[in-house]
Amino acid sequence: MTVKGVRVDDTFAEAFGMRATALIITADTAAWAMQAALTMTGYATSVIGCGAEAGVDRGLTPKETPDGRFGVRVLLFAVSTSELQKQLQGRVGQCVLTSPGSACYAGLDGAERLKLGNAIRYFGDGWQISKRFGGRHYWRIPVMDGEFLCEATTGLSKGGVGGGNLLIMGKSASATLQATEAAVKAIRAVPDVIMPFPGGIARSGSKVGSKYKTLRASTNDAYCPTLRGAATTALDPDVASVLEIVIDGLSPDAVATAMRAGLAAVLRRGAAHGVVRVSAGNYGGKLGPHHFHLKELLP
Amino acid sequence: MKPLVLALRQRPDQRLDLSALVPNRLAGKSVAEIEHTDLSTSRHRVDVGDVFRVRAGSAEQIRFEGACDRLDLIGHGMTRGEIIVEGDVGAKAGRLMNGGRLVIHGDAGPWAASGMQAGHLEITGSVGDRLGGPLAGETAGMRGGVVLVGGDAGERAGDRLRRGTIIIQGVAGPYAGSRMLAGTLIVRRAAGVLPGYLMRRGTIICGAPDTVLSPTFVDCGIHHLIAMRLLAAFVRSYNKQAASILDRPLRRFAGDMAALGKGEIFCPA
Repeated sequence: MTVKGVRVDDTFAEAFGMRATALIITADTAAWAMQAALTMTGYATSVIGCGAEAGVDRGLTPKETPDGRFGVRVLLFAVSTSELQKQLQGRVGQCVLTSPGSACYAGLDGAERLKLGNAIRYFGDGWQISKRFGGRHYWRIPVMDGEFLCEATTGLSKGGVGGGNLLIMGKSASATLQATEAAVKAIRAVPDVIMPFPGGIARSGSKVGSKYKTLRASTNDAYCPTLRGAATTALDPDVASVLEIVIDGLSPDAVATAMRAGLAAVLRRGAAHGVVRVSAGNYGGKLGPHHFHLKELLP
Repeated sequence: MKPLVLALRQRPDQRLDLSALVPNRLAGKSVAEIEHTDLSTSRHRVDVGDVFRVRAGSAEQIRFEGACDRLDLIGHGMTRGEIIVEGDVGAKAGRLMNGGRLVIHGDAGPWAASGMQAGHLEITGSVGDRLGGPLAGETAGMRGGVVLVGGDAGERAGDRLRRGTIIIQGVAGPYAGSRMLAGTLIVRRAAGVLPGYLMRRGTIICGAPDTVLSPTFVDCGIHHLIAMRLLAAFVRSYNKQAASILDRPLRRFAGDMAALGKGEIFCPA
């Protein structure tokens, strides 16, 4: 089908169930809260190589945080509960605990819990203090600028979804990037989702497997414009560049809402701004339980 | 939903044990059955009907009218519902409470909230010695819940406090928070001599700057901790004045170094 001169493939994004959690990181300033969040979510683009996919959900005003300071909500996804626990512990311990003035709280409720302060309290070397009030449990860990306050646990969701995606194709690299940036901006307004790749965008979409035995994934040659003619291609002659937005969310609805917002933003730019085609990545529908059909997400 | 009302006829001749008159023990009982409940603590039997006029209502909400300081163990072991008391009460109000809400519009005797595990206990007047403290032979005092005292507290408020929060809006007697194991004790006005005596862990907040501390507490300097902001937000829902103490920098004293030394007392800077 074609919308505003942009071809929209009759296909779907295939996504997988993931374990998910959320944190609220606060600090004395919005900049330091964001710094801690960005440090914690660094090197977390893909579970294939990073163990977790993580990103900033949204910034929080002082009225939205437990301690009345500026904050950031961060989402973290992994393929198993144990891996999520390991990643959470390592990232909070190395990146949030260390960040000046930071504090860390549960960003997700629920009966199933992951250890947060309970896992890193031992850094206090016996000087850590447990406080329980208002139905919450906190650890106070003495650090060189005062105390690192960390909630004991955070919620675990087994209903997370990873791998929602949009493939945006344009007449030129710059037109494709601008359209994808517009989609990222629109998706950032959607709650409960993250886009774990740099600036929300992946330029190196991958296929499963490789000619090299040690690699689990390799370049998606069918979508590489420079290989058109040399390899089996999925690209039309007018496509000069392809960028991908990968979306992880706390629920299938959140991912669908994000994809809908991104798709609408791309189509709003239309062919007049160099957008040629929009597609989505899947594995034939046999691997992932969540299928997000583009035609159902059209504005 | 009408409450179950028990109006005291006259001051009883003996101390009475009201531990049977809690929502979880009265559920499903008729007025006649309630009136035949034994409250006596001496050889002379006294039933509910002898000392109270009972007006039928839901046992989930019990109202005592015209209470006096001979009524012991009000709210003992209550797990749910609400008890409202108009007047003073005797010893051990809210002892072993494990849920629900107990409000006493008057004074309470010693050992109020003793061994309390959960729930909300509010005493609008003053309270006797050993608020939340253990009875002889018990290793820990209050283990959870929130206690709010509108007036003053006697000696050793929060003795061997294990968990939970006690907020005293008036002054506290000597040795407030003695032998504390954990938990939080807030004294909005002055605490008597030697607060935190032999405390191991836990937090005491004193609203008066001139509190006389044991020399076994060490000055850790002035701090404005995030934990205090969170505590302030929690306390504000119970008492704004007590919460205002926590909203500013406080001087932290660590101790009691004569015991484990991992407790803390905060005073205005």
